[in-house]
Amino acid sequence: MSQTPPHAFAATAGDTPGTHEGNRHGSLRGYLVGYGVAVLLTIGAFVAARTSALTPSSVTAAITVLAIAQMLVHLIFFLHISTSPNQRTNILAFAVALLIVAMIVAGSLWIMSHLDSNMMPMGPNGQSMQMQP
Amino acid sequence: MNQSVLAVSNLPASDAAAAERRGVTGFGFYLYLLSDCIVFATLFAAFAVLHRSVADGPSGQQLFDLRNAFIETAFLLTSSVTCGIAMLASDRRDSRAAFGALAVTFVLGLAFLALELKEFAHMVADGAGPDRSAFLSSFFTLVGTHGLHVTAGLVWLLVIVVQLRSKGFSEGVVRRMFCFSLFWHVIDVVWIAVFSFVYLIGSAS
Repeated sequence: MSQTPPHAFAATAGDTPGTHEGNRHGSLRGYLVGYGVAVLLTIGAFVAARTSALTPSSVTAAITVLAIAQMLVHLIFFLHISTSPNQRTNILAFAVALLIVAMIVAGSLWIMSHLDSNMMPMGPNGQSMQMQP
Repeated sequence: MNQSVLAVSNLPASDAAAAERRGVTGFGFYLYLLSDCIVFATLFAAFAVLHRSVADGPSGQQLFDLRNAFIETAFLLTSSVTCGIAMLASDRRDSRAAFGALAVTFVLGLAFLALELKEFAHMVADGAGPDRSAFLSSFFTLVGTHGLHVTAGLVWLLVIVVQLRSKGFSEGVVRRMFCFSLFWHVIDVVWIAVFSFVYLIGSAS
């Protein structure tokens, strides 16, 4: 029980998203560490996009990995999402949202690529697709 | 030590109720933000499907200026940190630091918006407006929706600054500042996806 601020939440209420266990909004150090890591990841992504040392598909993969890493950094250091038991409801809601996002994006790409290859009269290079007799 | 325990146990009932209200509001607002992410997911999905449908118009590779995107990213990322610093100041009930950090947040957000609008104006002037191709329609919808969120956040920030000035750190103002900081951080997370998947991958491939 050291220095509990008078407006701290009751421990049983669970942590509100964006706050840190009892610590309210974390510390300046946390924000600065997150800022530093995020800056490095951003610069890494822009360098990866500019470089000619990688093949296009590995550039795409590298940018995707860096983007996901940076989003995690933001969630942990700025939004203070953590796996502490106080945050179980927050994590659950987040996981459901993530599932819906994945279904929307991956599902759209999947369905549209199938539609594209099954129904378009022209192939990607402009030649007409032959129907099987 | 004893005193701080006493202070907690002697909490007026209204303070405890206010803290609980902030917790409930915060959670509800968090759910709204997650649903907002789903809105953005649909726009990202549309962009991913349509980004090659340039209709013989300009492609992302020809249009996107990565230097501009990098400066925009720097502005928004830094404003996210200054917004967090404003929240730390509000925890300490330090109004000078809070005003300063909120002012920097506002200026950086405004600078981001100005760069984005300048880019849009350039593209429209060059005949690459949202009516040019499916790719550009989805680009303007996605990036424009993000820009609208930033605009709404800036208006909200102004309201908070005015309220902070007139009411000080009242329960309602602190709660609104807290929801605003969540909103602003999430806008920044969405921007990570925008600059990575729209600008960087769009200009690389």
